[in-house]
Amino acid sequence: MTTQSATQPVPPAIPAGPLTEKVSVRNLKFYYGNSLALKGINLPLYDRIVTAFIGPSGCGKSTLLRVLNRMYDLYPGQRAEGEVLVDGQNVLNPGQDLNALRAKVGMVFQKPTPFPMSIYDNIAFGVRLYESLNKAEMDERVESSLRRAAIWDEVKDKLGASGQSLSGGQQQRLCIARTVAVKPEVILFDEPCSALDPISTSKVEELIDELKEDYTIAIVTHNMQQAARVSQFTAFMYLGELVEFAETTKIFTAPQDKRTQDYITGRFG
Amino acid sequence: MVSYAARKRKNSITMGLCTAAALFGIMWLLLILVVLVWEGFSGLSLAVFTEITPSMGSVGGGLLNAIIGSIMMTVVAVLVGAPLGVLAGTYMAEYGRYNKLTNVVRFINDILLSAPSIVIGLFIYEVLVAPFGGFSGWAGAAALAVIVIPVVVRTTEDMLLLVPGQLREAATALGLPRSIVIKQVAYKAAITGIVTGVLLAVARVSGETAPLLFTALSNNFLSLDMGQPIASLPVVIYNFTKTPDENMQQLAWTGALLITFTVLAMSISARALSTRKKK
Repeated sequence: MTTQSATQPVPPAIPAGPLTEKVSVRNLKFYYGNSLALKGINLPLYDRIVTAFIGPSGCGKSTLLRVLNRMYDLYPGQRAEGEVLVDGQNVLNPGQDLNALRAKVGMVFQKPTPFPMSIYDNIAFGVRLYESLNKAEMDERVESSLRRAAIWDEVKDKLGASGQSLSGGQQQRLCIARTVAVKPEVILFDEPCSALDPISTSKVEELIDELKEDYTIAIVTHNMQQAARVSQFTAFMYLGELVEFAETTKIFTAPQDKRTQDYITGRFG
Repeated sequence: MVSYAARKRKNSITMGLCTAAALFGIMWLLLILVVLVWEGFSGLSLAVFTEITPSMGSVGGGLLNAIIGSIMMTVVAVLVGAPLGVLAGTYMAEYGRYNKLTNVVRFINDILLSAPSIVIGLFIYEVLVAPFGGFSGWAGAAALAVIVIPVVVRTTEDMLLLVPGQLREAATALGLPRSIVIKQVAYKAAITGIVTGVLLAVARVSGETAPLLFTALSNNFLSLDMGQPIASLPVVIYNFTKTPDENMQQLAWTGALLITFTVLAMSISARALSTRKKK
């Protein structure tokens, strides 16, 4: 992780070589009932790259995230038009297997949401559905997932304790471990640090930085410093439109649009 | 601006009135309990649990047939009513949360919840007793089940609605199908509340007299046949209080004591169950 010392955080470097588009959003429109919340978004998420979504409240960044794993399907009256291609396949197709999509595109929420069960079961729960592992394999998967989420050392002696007994920061990392355990390819973070203290926040940021070696990551954040620290690409959204999408360094040093400029310099939002 | 002293005075007057009102209400409840213990406790003996109800003018006897009958009908009523109620509540809170049908069911359920139990007894009389030739334990259990269902529907729905939507979203985001999200996440989070609802329903029906009067009727002998009229504690109490026979009146008091303390124990365990989980 880059240090927080300087006033200007340095985003992680973009690896050399051509980037592949893991997810492509094409002319995406989203409706809550009759109100148009996303007004034709076009955007790529590159493979093994962290893309940050920033913008003032209500600009549609969380909505966009919830389209990518079709979380909106849980609620009536919400619908999407356009295309969201994951590995070239339009996941907005009515025939899309939603459970398969959500297993592939994992999500970590704003508030930590451990299930009302033991730490071990919080991780094993999702895995059991997809794979039939024996006890040793499952133990191994639980451990590697918890290690991946940098929480293993804190919980290894109390795997049987309730997931809800952990602190907020630990709960959030448990949720990340749980998401990683089912082996997704894309992980969506919806303001994962907004309920956490600074130390937990930096741990989660470090984690995102490590996870990008293996996963395609999208993160919604209200914290522009955070976007600058963890992401390689940034999308600035405003009133349901994608105003600017570029490399994070570019967005924060040489934004092309006046609105982006105003937002990152704190003139509104 | 009213002075601080004046506000304090107003506060203590209001507080005093509230406390007095609370004490006044509780006093009557306590009085009932005291009288019940006073009158019922003296008749408590082993015979109450081992002998059947006496006939007019005889000495001794107990409430065995009434206790057994009450237990049998309550168990059947809960075995039928609780699963139905839990399933209906699950539909309303999970699958049909935004459906019109749910609103209709909730509305009707609320009416059923507050329907006079004698009306439910009459209804069962019309559909089960009159057409099928006679009073029976099954009819009594059916009437009690109709009382159990709305209580369980209501608590199940309420408890599931209390489960944070984020928890459901989190489970869904793992790619878990709806059924597993409900069974393993929502139920797990709401289980104490749902069990409390079932216990409260048991407590509610174990004191019901009216729906049993013209469904199960009563029986002066020990009967384990649910196809026949069957005795129950509330109905026996009701019948015995009307007799001039002092022995029977005494047994009625004792029966009332038994029911009250069973219900009390059940309510306390329901309460204990729901508070223990919150810690």
